[in-house]
Amino acid sequence: MKYSSQMVAKPYFIFALILLAGEIVFGLAMGAQYLYGDFLFPAIPFNVLRMVHTNLLIVLLLFGFMGATYYLIPEESERELWSPMLAKLTFWIFAAAGVATILGYLFVPYATLSASLANSFWPTMGREFLEQPTITKVGIVLVVLSYIFNTTMTVIKGRKTTISVILLTGLFGLAFFFLFAFYVPQNLAMDKFFWWFVVHLWVEGTWELILGALLAFVLIKTTGVDREHIDKWLYLIIAMTLISGLAGTGHHFFYIGTPGYWLWIGSIASAAEPIPFFLMILFAFNMSKNRRIQHDNKIALTWAKGTAVVGFLGAGVWGFFHTLAPVNYYTHGTQLTAAHGHLSFFGAYVMICFTLISYAMPILRGRPHGNGPKSQKVELASFWMMVLGMIGLTLALTVAGIMQIEMQRLPDAAHALGFMETQAAISKVYMVRLAFGVMVLLGLLTYFYSFFVKEEKAYA
Amino acid sequence: MSERITKNMARNIYFGGGLFAILVFTGLTFDTVKQIPKLSHDDKITASVALGKKVWENNNCVGCHTIMGEGAYYAPELGNAFQRLGGGDEEVFKTYLAGWMAAQPMDIANRRKMPQFHLTPEQVTNLADFLIWTSRVNNQEWPPNIKG
Ligand code: HEM
Ligand code: HEM
Ligand SMILES: [Fe+2]
Repeated sequence: MKYSSQMVAKPYFIFALILLAGEIVFGLAMGAQYLYGDFLFPAIPFNVLRMVHTNLLIVLLLFGFMGATYYLIPEESERELWSPMLAKLTFWIFAAAGVATILGYLFVPYATLSASLANSFWPTMGREFLEQPTITKVGIVLVVLSYIFNTTMTVIKGRKTTISVILLTGLFGLAFFFLFAFYVPQNLAMDKFFWWFVVHLWVEGTWELILGALLAFVLIKTTGVDREHIDKWLYLIIAMTLISGLAGTGHHFFYIGTPGYWLWIGSIASAAEPIPFFLMILFAFNMSKNRRIQHDNKIALTWAKGTAVVGFLGAGVWGFFHTLAPVNYYTHGTQLTAAHGHLSFFGAYVMICFTLISYAMPILRGRPHGNGPKSQKVELASFWMMVLGMIGLTLALTVAGIMQIEMQRLPDAAHALGFMETQAAISKVYMVRLAFGVMVLLGLLTYFYSFFVKEEKAYA
Repeated sequence: MSERITKNMARNIYFGGGLFAILVFTGLTFDTVKQIPKLSHDDKITASVALGKKVWENNNCVGCHTIMGEGAYYAPELGNAFQRLGGGDEEVFKTYLAGWMAAQPMDIANRRKMPQFHLTPEQVTNLADFLIWTSRVNNQEWPPNIKG
């Protein structure tokens, strides 16, 4: 660790991992309720489980990005963080607000929450992924602003690199598009249109800039390839992100009351969206092939390559499956959507957090060369358990989606099965999904265990 | 290919391509915002429809159901509930919905459960009006069939 202020990253990383465990536990609970409707009902209905699950995901990624930034920015800027105090303070505020919101979901009926003061004054609740009470949303804005301010000041006062500037651009974009969460028009079609400005323009726009910058940072550190080369790749990746991803938002504007030209524009532009993800694979593997140094933290590079590959699978391949309008006509809002949502979020964004954590945590814990070989072996096992578990879960949901489409969507009205009958017919596949989900949880527990592995003898 | 591209070229593609993409997307956004009112029959949004949307949001219905294909996949699509459950008849649909909401949760072991929301009769009417309005949005004839 070159700068003592990098230490503030540590609680962010640890908390992100704890939230991930929570997310997966709630995922498993949902997987069980899918099969046994009385499981946890009426104590926790499905919609509550789901918003805990997805909101934990969003918040854990924000914690992961913040930890990654606070670790990376001092090193890139070659100076201490502008205000470590502010970073520590916002950690506690954000963590407390996050926990309070989740407890609110679990113990207060949603209708009571939405009748709360701030939300009656400015209603923003009850939309997918944006279920947070207005007051929590305001809190998120304040936390994110303080985070961006701290980062910007550090970058301005220090060395400016391509990585830090692109990371900052991504963060400004994240903050900007979140503002659309406060716009809830009474026209549902308009509401949906702008809802995607948060959801799509986060994961297939601004977050990809963050992802690219974080990936580039770890690749520089673990391969020693020179910056000229890394920067060039990074620019190409994010150029393709913007070119395909902005108009690509149109793949959500097929069937929600938006003009018909989106059928064409959305299909064509989004068909190019796998390109930046594919470039990330070439990027990671090329840099690793041309590496100048042999970093002892091998597992960090494994995570980096894994992020590129699984991100491409989830976003690029599974995204492409349903991105053309004529296909999406049948797949829209089925288990296939959930299949894609799982592998893309995990492969691209959860895995980039693991990459940073695996690279930075050993250093923050006083092991500049990474964890010892025994610990890395355990971590490698956890890598495969989680990756294969998520791929298995995704494949199961893909089969479920195809069956759903075959039974419910393709036949004419007289022969098609209803929604609930179709779900009953798929139930065996949901068992398989649940089993792979358990494997992911075991993988995460193995990962936690790797932090506590004792090495037999001291190593340099 | 990457040997022939320099860092400067890559940066120019990023700025040029990015700016172009932003302009195109902004232009399309303005046009879409102009067209949505007509495509969705904005003038038919009565006070009851608007209140119904609030009931929908305040109870997080989208946490289980899809509406025009978006939401959760635990429970049936409701963008076309008016046709599927009300046969396209407003009175029939309102009666059906009132009965349905009152009957939850259903007492069938391990069937997926819908909670009891304790809505007032007015709220149920608002909800019905909102779903009726939604079913008439011009959304390229989606879903493929009445089952949703
Ligand atoms: C890491 C990047 C990505 C993430 C995290 C992601 C995540 C998601 C999620 C969570 C949904 C479901 C949204 C909802 O609940 O309604 C979704 C939908 C969708 N995604 Fe992605 N996605 C990514 C990249 C892509 C890419 C690159 C493509 C296209 C090549 C794509 C195509 C789609 C399509 C077409 C839908 C709509 C599915 C439907 O109609 O039901 N996604 N995505
Ligand atoms: C490992 C065990 C997991 C299980 C059993 C599980 C299960 C589920 C279930 C049942 C849903 C609701 C689907 C519906 O609406 O009907 C869901 C939604 C979702 N989960 Fe998970 N999940 C797991 C892990 C994860 C992980 C690790 C991530 C992210 C990295 C994730 C991201 C999501 C997302 C983004 C959605 C919303 C999908 C959409 O709207 O299309 N889940 N999950
Ligand atoms: Fe998208």
